[in-house]
Amino acid sequence: MRPGRVGMWCLIAAETAVFTIFVVAYLFYAGQSVGGPMPADVLHTPIFATVCLLSSSVTIHLAVQWWRRGAMSAFAGWWLATIVLGAMFLAGTAIEWRGLIHDKGLTIQTNLFGTTYYALVGLHAFHVTVGLACLSLVSTLAFLGHVKPEHAERGDVLSLYWHFVDGVWVVVFMVVYVIAR
Amino acid sequence: MATEALTWTNGNVSARPLVDRLHGWVTTVDHKRLGIMYAAYALLFLLVGGIEAAVMRIQLVAANLTFVSPQVFNRLFTMHGTTMIFFVTMPLLFGFANYLVPLMIGARDMAFPRLNAVSFWLTAFGGLLLYFSVVGANGLYGAGNAPDVGWFAYAPLTSPTFSRGHSTDYWTLALLVSGFGSVGTAINLIATILCLRCRGMTLGRMPLFVWLILVMAGLVILAISPLTAAQIMLLVDRYLGGHFFDTQAGGSATIWMHFFWIFGHPEVYVLVLPAFGFASEIIPVFSRKAIFGYPAMVAATVCIGFIGMSVWAHHMFTVGMSSNANVFFVLSTMAIAVPTGIKIFNWLATMWGGTIELATPMLFCVAFLFQFLVAGLTGVMMSAAPFDWQLGNSYFVVAHFHYVIVGGILFTTFGAVYYWFPKVSGRMLGETLGRVHFWLFVIGFHLTFDFMHIPGLLGMPRRIYTYEADRGWRVWNLIVTIGVVFQAAAVLVFLFNLYRSYRSGPPAGSDPWDAWTLEWTTSSPPPDYNYAVLPVVKSRRPLWDIKHPEDPDWRYE
Repeated sequence: MRPGRVGMWCLIAAETAVFTIFVVAYLFYAGQSVGGPMPADVLHTPIFATVCLLSSSVTIHLAVQWWRRGAMSAFAGWWLATIVLGAMFLAGTAIEWRGLIHDKGLTIQTNLFGTTYYALVGLHAFHVTVGLACLSLVSTLAFLGHVKPEHAERGDVLSLYWHFVDGVWVVVFMVVYVIAR
Repeated sequence: MATEALTWTNGNVSARPLVDRLHGWVTTVDHKRLGIMYAAYALLFLLVGGIEAAVMRIQLVAANLTFVSPQVFNRLFTMHGTTMIFFVTMPLLFGFANYLVPLMIGARDMAFPRLNAVSFWLTAFGGLLLYFSVVGANGLYGAGNAPDVGWFAYAPLTSPTFSRGHSTDYWTLALLVSGFGSVGTAINLIATILCLRCRGMTLGRMPLFVWLILVMAGLVILAISPLTAAQIMLLVDRYLGGHFFDTQAGGSATIWMHFFWIFGHPEVYVLVLPAFGFASEIIPVFSRKAIFGYPAMVAATVCIGFIGMSVWAHHMFTVGMSSNANVFFVLSTMAIAVPTGIKIFNWLATMWGGTIELATPMLFCVAFLFQFLVAGLTGVMMSAAPFDWQLGNSYFVVAHFHYVIVGGILFTTFGAVYYWFPKVSGRMLGETLGRVHFWLFVIGFHLTFDFMHIPGLLGMPRRIYTYEADRGWRVWNLIVTIGVVFQAAAVLVFLFNLYRSYRSGPPAGSDPWDAWTLEWTTSSPPPDYNYAVLPVVKSRRPLWDIKHPEDPDWRYE
């Protein structure tokens, strides 16, 4: 067992515990808001952003595979595709939030739904942002020619984190847009 | 593998200027130096937390005193609890884990040395942040400074309405920051234990201390993270105007209790498992026998880890839960006494028929066995919900958990300091002063915490800053405070002993206790790289195998 992988799995366990608490709070408070707006009134299912984020798991997997084989240009292409897809997901969240705040008047202070919604979706978006920062760091290093095939293991560890962020989105999506609608 | 041939350089490097040495400590990533810094930092906060406790006991020594104001009393118990849990016990145990785990498994350092340094400094700054509240939290005119919401900070007391100024924010941020440090250390410990063991060190041959640290680190990851989540929610409520714990807007105060105790109870096992680890290393060496029932000990540890995650709401019987929830948490709490009992029997069986040598480390462990048994028994008493309805939030509870944390954890930790100080410093701790320390502390501990049960049974609630003279609590409070004098004297003797032995104690040599685990094969103090040649082990007691080639352990394991 490589320490890096074990460490990342432990971090994922810790993050899972954090998200579990937020998800429990979201479900516990679903429908408890004293005043509106309610989820059914304002939420639109973000299909396109979800497709972007989930497909970025495929692209990062391909990128790491090419990285291992030493095909560095194919690696760079798929890696950049991952960053673009992640950024499109974040842009989707930004547009959604703008609509909610500006048009629907739902902020984190409005009611319990607003508090739990922005906290849970925001916590996930924060993790996507951290992941994007790490991915961009790798592509900067690759652009400067510092990334070699023997570093593929590290990319693999980073991709574990990215897959985790995707997996969390599946849970958040189900909870926010399907179950507690 | 010869015992002494493992070290190739001698430790006598000429002294460097003070600034150089300080720079070396601040920038170090060496697990041994970080371990020492954790312990020194914890001892500093032990003094601070101890003084807070002493001030509270002076206030309570007689009825209707006004030594401190009610407001200050609230700050004192909040800071005492928070300090002792997060900035004394955790760093102290992390310090031991940091120092000992790589040595015990035959590794040269932790898996991620820089993460290790980051984790230490996060914990250190967390403690500073908590105490900076004393000067920094006066955000509003007339608002209090140090946090005063109790160490479990129940909602809605923490809402901006009831907790004005920034004292609660400092409390939240301190725990958040040190929590990141704790999770970092836990990740590091797990990766180290799973990936860096020397050749031949299978999981089944690890010293029990390392097993207990492995389970402890797993619990840290699963327990501290919910606290982190809850603190983020509290910050959202206080800074962004959220409603998580705002009952006016449909939020729930009870869910904060759940989130806090989902952290809070496993935390007890986070603290006590390393203490079990100390006992499991010290008792065999001073009984001159291998540990009894190694597989049962490991199984019991893992069992405690699992059951420990499912008992949290026994802190909430008095809040009022459904009878189903009560039954579940009563049963799970009673069940956890079983693996703990297995451990106590195994330690007793290790001592049974052994050649017991009552050196100071062993004295502390023997006292631990008795005291931890009593602490466990009062725990089983309170696990019954009806009993808890009667005594919850009384001094009986305070006595119970101090019996666990002082009588169990602090006693073994003192034993561990006496046991491993020779390895860390190269010098023995004074044995006579050690005995003075032990007896003073035993007397003080029992005066304070045995008698603290009684005012609890008589109905004295915790956290009151004074009481009326006619309640019948006076004599018991007097005895409890007298015990504090003995405990304080014991700690001063201990600190003096540390100082004097560090300066002029007799040289220890690499293996002063004739022990059996790998850390005693390297010099005292160990060189930076721990082992010039990485060891190879064939049994649970590699040093026994070296010392007794005619009768090695691996023939029987």
